[in-house]
Order: sequence, then C-alpha cells, then structure tokens
Amino acid sequence: MGELSIEHLFKAYGNHPVLADMHFTVNEGEFVSILGPSGSGKSTLFHLIGGILEPDAGDIWLDGEKINGKRGSISYTPQTPSLLPWRSILKNVMLGGEIQGNIDKNEAIELIEYAGLSGYENAYPFELSGGMKQRAAFIRSLLSPQPLICLDEPFSALDEFTRLEMQKWLLSIWQEHHRSILFVTHNIEEAIFLSDRIIVLSQTPAYVKEIFTIPFSRPRDEDLLLTEEFLAWKKTIYRGLGNDVQKNY
Amino acid sequence: MKQLMQKGWKPVLVLVLLISIWELSSRIFQVPSWLLPAPSLIFRTGVEDWLNYQHHILSTIRLTMIGFLIGSTSGIVTAVMLHVIPALREALYSLLIISQNIPVIVLAPLLVVWFGFGILPKIIIIALVCFFPIAVSSLEGFRQTDRDLLHYMKMAGAGKQQVFWKLEWPSALPYVFSGLKISATYSVMGAVISEWLGADQGIGVYMTMASSSFRTDRVFVSILFVIVLSMLFFSFIMLAEKKMIRWKPEREE
Ligand SMILES: Nc1ncnc2c1ncn2[C@@H]1O[C@H](COP(=O)(O)OP(=O)(O)O)[C@@H](O)[C@H]1O
Ligand SMILES: [Mg+2]
Repeated sequence: MGELSIEHLFKAYGNHPVLADMHFTVNEGEFVSILGPSGSGKSTLFHLIGGILEPDAGDIWLDGEKINGKRGSISYTPQTPSLLPWRSILKNVMLGGEIQGNIDKNEAIELIEYAGLSGYENAYPFELSGGMKQRAAFIRSLLSPQPLICLDEPFSALDEFTRLEMQKWLLSIWQEHHRSILFVTHNIEEAIFLSDRIIVLSQTPAYVKEIFTIPFSRPRDEDLLLTEEFLAWKKTIYRGLGNDVQKNY
Repeated sequence: MKQLMQKGWKPVLVLVLLISIWELSSRIFQVPSWLLPAPSLIFRTGVEDWLNYQHHILSTIRLTMIGFLIGSTSGIVTAVMLHVIPALREALYSLLIISQNIPVIVLAPLLVVWFGFGILPKIIIIALVCFFPIAVSSLEGFRQTDRDLLHYMKMAGAGKQQVFWKLEWPSALPYVFSGLKISATYSVMGAVISEWLGADQGIGVYMTMASSSFRTDRVFVSILFVIVLSMLFFSFIMLAEKKMIRWKPEREE
C-alpha cells in the first residue's frame, strides 16, 4: 500500500507552464524527498496528487488506481501546520480520520503521548509552540487512513535546533508506522538525512532532473551529519542541482 | 475583571465629576427644569414614575428582541446562501455592499404607509437595520477562510458540507459576532425610532409624550434607558462570544 506513480505530468497556470513531463515513483514504505528551488512547482505537484487540481496531461496512480482529480486518497500537510484553531489538539489529530468516517480515540491519545504532547490533549493550537504544532499535524497524518503521506516543507518555519529534533522524531515515528512519505524540502541536508531517495527538480517549468538513492542504513542518528560520506553526498547533490539553481540555496 | 476594576476607575471618576458639575450648576444658575433638569430630579422621576413607564420598557425590549432575531437570522442565512451559491453571490454581492450605505431608517415612513402603525412595520425596520451589518460581516468571514486549511480539508476528502461545518462556519464565527454586536446596538435605536412614528407603547412613545408636554426629566429618563438597554444588549452578545470563542489567546491590553 502507498505506491505512487507520477507519469508524464504536465501542468500550466494559464500560459505559464509549471510542471513539464514530471515522472517518478514512490515505492511502498519508502521515504522520498523532493528537492527543488522555491517557485519550482512543488506545492503545485502536491495539489495535483491531492486532487484539488487536474493535470493538463499525464496520470497519477496510487496503488493501481488512477487518482487524477480525485480527493481524499492521500494525507497531506500544507506548509503551515494547518491545525484548526477552534479544535483541541485531540480533536485536531483525529480530523483526518473523522472526515473519512473512522475515529480511533485510543490510538490518537497514544500517538499524542508519543509526540510528547501529553497533557495538551485539550489545549488549543495557539497554546503550542511551532514544533509542537508540526508534531500534532504529523500525527494527524498518521491517524488518517490514507497510505501515502505528503508533507510540504513541514520544518521550513522552525529554527535550526527544533528542526533537527523534529527530523529525528519524524524518522523514529515513521520507522514504527510504516507508511510511504513524499517530503518536500529545499534543504539539502534535511533531504539526505531523512530520505531513501531524493528527487531533484529543475527550475520552472519543473521536470525531474536527477534521482539519488541514499545508501545510509537505518536507524539514522545525528552523528551521521558529521561523517565524510554525508559531506560527500551533500557535494554530489549540490552539483546535481546544477549551476542555474545553485544560487537559490 | 480585576484589571477592569483597576483601569475602570478613571472614566468612572470623570463621569461622577461631570454629573456633579451638572448638578451644582443647575442649582447655582437655577436652570429651569424643562430646559435641563438636574440629575437628582431625573433620578427622582425615574424612581417615582417607574410604574407609569415600566410597561413601555418591556414593550421596547420585546420589539427589539423580535426584530433582532429575525434580522440577524435572515442576515446569517443570506450570507450562507451567497457564500455557497456562487451565481447568487456574483449577482448580489456588490448590491449588498452598496446598500449598506443606505441609512435604512429613512425607509421607516414608507413602511408605515404600507403596513400601518402595528407591530409589523416596526419589526421590519429593526430587522432591516440588523440585517446588513450581520450579512456583510458574515460574508466577509466566509471569504477570509484560510486557504491552506481549505486545501487541507479538500485533499483530505472533505465534501462541501464537511468543509462548511468543520471549517468555514467556525472560522467565520468571530465575524458573525462582530456583526451581531453592531446590530445589537442598532436594534435598540431602530426600535425607538420606529416607535416615534406611531405606536401605543414603548420607550419611544413615552419619550414623545414627555417631550410634547415639556417633561424634559422624563425625556432624560427614557434616554437613560435607551443607553442602558443598548449597553446591556451589547454586553450580552459579547458574553456569548466569549463563551463560544475560546480558541484565541486572551488579548493583552
Ligand atoms: N493558483 C496559481 N495561479 C497561478 N500561478 C500559480 C498558482 N499557484 C502557484 N503558481 C505559480 O506556479 C509556480 C510554482 O508554484 P508552487 O507550486 O507554489 O512552487 P513551490 O511550492 O515549489 O515553491 C510559481 O511560479 C507560482 O507563482
Ligand atoms: Mg511551496
């Protein structure tokens, strides 16, 4: 479950092409990052996969079903944590399930505890820090029944320290709940640290420029960030981005 | 509440001071009471005349409530309709915004011509006065729905009804309340003006009778009650808002 296949996808806003022949797959249980400069069309890609936009050409397949323009088949977290301000944390994390008609309160409470948010079940989002809100948003994705989780730059608004904590936390919780994850970022280190594979996009109109398979074994910890190999990968991918986009990083 | 007490004493002091000056000067200069009655006289009239005017107040409260309920309900329903039916919105939205600038109260004499002096034209006036602020404010609330949240809801597979009840309605609620607060004060004014045009009871009636017999003290008593009613009504809505909207940080003054 959670196998995504993007086949020759094209999308333009008016006569401004954004995606041009986008083509890649995400395998079952895989963690794939999409790395691309700002404005290259990453969010647009998610809106297509999520079905609130229709592609101009090409197909999107999820577990053998064509999901062009079909909503509700993936679990998505926008760039902002997007918790509903009027719902308690507990009710927020159950929202994805609630929309699909299946609520598991016990599992929700369990995951809230795992996210270090015990005691905040009945708090409103404004009472939480940025990192806590992101964790709650991610739990909401895990509690949603869809097999593929799409995260759009979830950590970009966090400071460097919180960011590393969140990355480690994300890896540990993902290891226990095997789901496919498609993760958008414009941070090279983050992509290497988290992913099985990294898809590098060109500037707009975006196509897949290169795909890197990251060989580091799991579980990974932060010591990895200081190794020679990690640095070597950083260089490789930085070069992979090409001269035309390097100025954006 | 404590904060309010600590900060509230200054305006109260000013008020007390003003009333004292008024009282003193009307005694010293012997202002005739039909021109400007002293606060003490107004107070005495208010107490002594209570049995004569209390039914007027009750009648105005009832009228205000009915008009307010009808006006705000139809305002909210209209806003929802315009929001969920795009064709309707395109046709009516700009008209609604423009008609906001018409002081509805000028329609009152016309309504009297059409519907007479009964309760119906009065309710229509109050309802109209309440309708526009609530309709416009609620519609603005729906329009302000967060785009990211909307995308989230849609991608999670939420249907139109779920999007409305789980997202758009709660996010518009603060706007609905700000419309309700404006209308609450307008509605009392609307009721009094509609009573001026002809009625058998109500604060407006008591007021016109008092003014035509130069009982200025009674006019002041009515003015006082209009102010108190407006303020009560406003705080009632504010209280309801505080009870219903708890997801916002307490604003530090
Ligand atoms: N609704 C829209 N209408 C028109 N142009 C858009 C719209 N959304 C995004 N774009 C444009 O498409 C390009 C890609 O945007 P986006 O997918 O948000 O990029 P990213 O998420 O990679 O930063 C940008 O140039 C942006 O201005
Ligand atoms: Mg984006």
